[in-house]
Amino acid sequence: MPWLSILMAVPVLGAVGVALLPKGSDKLAKQLALAVSLVVLALTVAMAVQFSPDGNRFQFEEKYAWIPSFGVHYGVAVDGIALVLIALSAVLVPIVILASWHDAEGATRLDLKSEVVPPKRSAKTYFALLLVLEAMMIGVFAATDIFLFYVFFEAMLIPMYFMIGSYGGVQRSYAAVKFLLYSLFGGLLMLVAVIALYVVAEKDTFMFPELIGAIQDPTTQKWLFAGFFIAFAIKAPLWPFHTWLPDAAAQAPAGAAVLLVGVLDKVGTYGMLRFCLELFPEASKFFTPLVIVLSVVGIVYGAIVAIGQTDMKRLIAYTSISHFGFIAMGVFAMTQNAQSGATLYMVNHGFSTGALFLLAGFLIYRRGSARIADYGGVQSVAPLLAGAFLIAGLSGLSLPGLSSFVSEFMVLIGTYERYAVPAIIGATGVILAAVYILWMYKRTMNGPTAEAVKGFTDLDGREKWVVAPLIAVIIALGFFPKPVLDVINPAVDQTLTNAQVTDKQPVSTVAEKKGAGQ
Amino acid sequence: MQSPAEIVSHAGGVTGVSWLMIALPLFGAAVLLLGGRRTNAWGHFFGVAMSLGAFAVAVVTFVELLGLQPEQRRRDIGLFEFIPGMVDLGMLIDPLSISFALLITGVGSLIHIYSVGYMSHDRDRRRFFAYLNLFVAAMLLLVLSDNYIGLFIGWEGVGLASYLLIGFWQHKPSAATAAQKAFIVNRVGDFGLLIGIFTIWTTFGSLAFADLTHEVAGQASEGTLTAIGLLLLLGACGKSAQLPLQSWLLDAMEGPTPVSALIHAATMVTAGVYLVVRSGAFFEAAPTAQLVVTIVGVATLLAGAIIGCAKDDIKKGLAGSTMSQIGYMMLGAGLGPAGYAFAIGHLITHGFFKANMFLGAGSVMHAMNDEVDMRRYGALFPVMKITAVTFIVGYLAIIGFPLLSGYYTKEGIIETAMHHNQILGWLAVLGAGLTGFYMSRMVFMTFFGKKRWADDAHPHESPAVMTWPLIILAIGSIGLGAFLVLGNRFMNFLSPAVGLPQPADMPEPHVFGVGTAALATLALVAAGAAFAWFRYGAAEVPAVAPRASFLTTFARRDLYGDALNEALLMRPGQWLTRIAVFFDNRGVDGLVNGLAAGIGGTSGRLRRVQTGFVRSYALSILFGAAAVVGALLYVGNI
Repeated sequence: MPWLSILMAVPVLGAVGVALLPKGSDKLAKQLALAVSLVVLALTVAMAVQFSPDGNRFQFEEKYAWIPSFGVHYGVAVDGIALVLIALSAVLVPIVILASWHDAEGATRLDLKSEVVPPKRSAKTYFALLLVLEAMMIGVFAATDIFLFYVFFEAMLIPMYFMIGSYGGVQRSYAAVKFLLYSLFGGLLMLVAVIALYVVAEKDTFMFPELIGAIQDPTTQKWLFAGFFIAFAIKAPLWPFHTWLPDAAAQAPAGAAVLLVGVLDKVGTYGMLRFCLELFPEASKFFTPLVIVLSVVGIVYGAIVAIGQTDMKRLIAYTSISHFGFIAMGVFAMTQNAQSGATLYMVNHGFSTGALFLLAGFLIYRRGSARIADYGGVQSVAPLLAGAFLIAGLSGLSLPGLSSFVSEFMVLIGTYERYAVPAIIGATGVILAAVYILWMYKRTMNGPTAEAVKGFTDLDGREKWVVAPLIAVIIALGFFPKPVLDVINPAVDQTLTNAQVTDKQPVSTVAEKKGAGQ
Repeated sequence: MQSPAEIVSHAGGVTGVSWLMIALPLFGAAVLLLGGRRTNAWGHFFGVAMSLGAFAVAVVTFVELLGLQPEQRRRDIGLFEFIPGMVDLGMLIDPLSISFALLITGVGSLIHIYSVGYMSHDRDRRRFFAYLNLFVAAMLLLVLSDNYIGLFIGWEGVGLASYLLIGFWQHKPSAATAAQKAFIVNRVGDFGLLIGIFTIWTTFGSLAFADLTHEVAGQASEGTLTAIGLLLLLGACGKSAQLPLQSWLLDAMEGPTPVSALIHAATMVTAGVYLVVRSGAFFEAAPTAQLVVTIVGVATLLAGAIIGCAKDDIKKGLAGSTMSQIGYMMLGAGLGPAGYAFAIGHLITHGFFKANMFLGAGSVMHAMNDEVDMRRYGALFPVMKITAVTFIVGYLAIIGFPLLSGYYTKEGIIETAMHHNQILGWLAVLGAGLTGFYMSRMVFMTFFGKKRWADDAHPHESPAVMTWPLIILAIGSIGLGAFLVLGNRFMNFLSPAVGLPQPADMPEPHVFGVGTAALATLALVAAGAAFAWFRYGAAEVPAVAPRASFLTTFARRDLYGDALNEALLMRPGQWLTRIAVFFDNRGVDGLVNGLAAGIGGTSGRLRRVQTGFVRSYALSILFGAAAVVGALLYVGNI
């Protein structure tokens, strides 16, 4: 069964269906979009349970010639890393649709619309765009043909551009254009590198598995690495390519921000892990010190700037810049623990930041403002909302027992195995995260209840359904990450082999003793 | 010297289900939090039941452990694979962990019961019990885990519970700020603990206590072991409010008083001592790290005592005293196997008498309309006799009145320290003298002298649900010390977990059971108490604090710890944040925007141009694809 093609076809057909609905049937559009996304989720689960971690690296393979004269294929397949990221997307989309129920209408409950502008397009279009985006997110992680990957990489920008530019806040045009220009610039560099790779490799194909090890010359590797890496560093984004993200995330509607930061940006770190490391192992080693430095700067810098933010969504965006620093550091630390941790981090960050953005969205919907100073004492009037916000926040600061702790711990310990000093500096992010999360929580939720907050209602039924699955996943993966790690680990093993590195061994005999016993 | 026993994996018996100890209170917290208002009517009883259930499991496990030969009393119960290839979660039941488990669930249950009365007027009582249950579960996870990751999860779990409970009255800005401060300061300690764990992992390739024996630790270089020791100590300083991470504990008194008794006196704040003792394999091979532990302990025991001398707020006075007593424990823990049994023993007796006094203080506050200023107390003995008598028992125990609990355990620490290093020993004696002063001051100001009550105060004895826990804790404060210390009972009990000291490390037994150090301590304590009597018992205490000397102000302001933090960390941090935000807006982003504007004329025009360009973005992709095809064609022809 062509699982992956079906996974992409269903949301595309759903999007067409939603778009073809008559004008004014916004409610039906939402329900249809939700149903389609739930079907995609069910299909993803059905596929995932058939994935065998110990089997071939790439499973559910499909390969058809697309432009035969240049060896371009429609090639899709997943390894463990791609699978968990597709699963992340499939889980997030229905949640985002449910959360965005009123967002595309620009409605707020209180008459404080200072920062809310009416959308340019209909609600129905918004949900159609969401479904198109879902198909592309699945495609970009599933693509095994590098050209196909590039096409998805670029095409993904279009629905996101419209979601920010047509449904966002006051400065949405500026933010959308900035987002697009940054991404386009990176995309162009990647395009050049993709073509050059094809030319230099002389394999007459764009299929990723066949291109592994094709480039041997170190200088060529470095140039091609740079082309791919800059595109991914802008996408992720790494410091100093990050300034588009706070604008885009703050201006995007909450649901779009979740997919932007939770999934789209992961394409950058995923690309580093998949393409940069495996296609250009020598260059990766050469550039590792640079990337590690950028990552560590990003971790600390993102966190410090987050502390100083006055706008909730911008604050969350900056925390993500810090978190992307962790992910990139884990990818380039080149140890099993760090890379498995980085992959798990991509998944966990999607859930925890997703929860934070959506809850911030619920707050903004009630108050009509994203300014932290406009809140205060929410916990006294809406304890459930505050409690959920706290759990999401604690996940953002990687509290043990919640999912993000496992990944952050693995990244740090894995980095420490090889690069002790960067890991130590990165670990200060643990302290800074407590500052930015708890201070935001205190200013919005604690203290005497602000006048404009007094009318707040607590989470309603729909909102509870948005929050509950996210929190359930965050806690479940916090105590039992094994199922996900078991899927990720073999793929990371393979990546490390192709990147031509071996794990570092501890100096003592405990490991040897244990190894001998096995 | 006798090394700890080997850890063997366990099968069968009640010990096999000892995970129920953690699961019951965790379940309680989940039910109370998820159940919402529906559970308001019975939630507090449910919370008490879950805590008592955990206590019952702990007792049965303890009895089962006693039935084994001493060298078999380290049982490992594997639970599940956590991070494949790195660590499995499981529980280590040994004399050390079960001692903690009994203290946590025993004293914890008494405090649960007390809280039924204390919080009866609070509309959020159910939430309070949910957090208390969460705390008990996390604290048990901390001490029962068989590896450093499980320990760390519990470590942060108690931090969360502490945060939630300090900020329980979150509508008060002071409470919210104190909660936040506690969490962040603790995170500084956690940073150290994390790096310590990383170093253990990269050095030894395991995080399980069963693998990290003295023999294994001995294979690493002393430098590495010292680093591990100091990093773990940083973690311990955060959790146990030791210098230089002490400042959060005094503010933590914003929480309801039962919280102060359970978390910020009896159990959580002693976790640092547990960590040091549990990591004995590293510390004992790193004398420098041990020396630093003892120095931190002595510095904190003096600092806490000095702060305690100047506080008029009864809870803050007790908080200073807690710092100080944990300083004693830390000192004992730094002395190696000779000090472990006294450190943990003092931790247990302190758990009783300090919880007793905190709950007593709560009973007084309950009677005095939540007044905490001792200058507004006085002459309360006749109106609340049970509270007063039990408080005084706790007081006699803490100052080391002969034959009471604190006497045996604290004296053990002082004598072992004296035997180890005279300077440490005499400073510890000095701290005991200060304890005699500030605790006597507290008792005289509260229960004796003249009434200085507010006009609307009508003090009365608290209900039985509050006084019975006081009575039980008072009994422990009387007899527990002698029971543990006489005949080295506790030292022998603990030895499978922590080893036995070499005879040369132990102070020699005295002919009449009382040595120079003990006599000096008693003399200083008596002098301190007498001085307190002249100042606060016999003389009149002004209802408003008089202008203070420099030294008193120094102590009242917590030795300027907060001022120091503010000057060294907060202010520079704020500036750094502001500069970073400015730089990010104007620098990085400004550069990019400026470049864009420079290329396209004004940025406004650029935006319009770009937007137009973007509209036809699909076309541009097509164009890009065409370019690719063209390039490929060209290449293909070559």
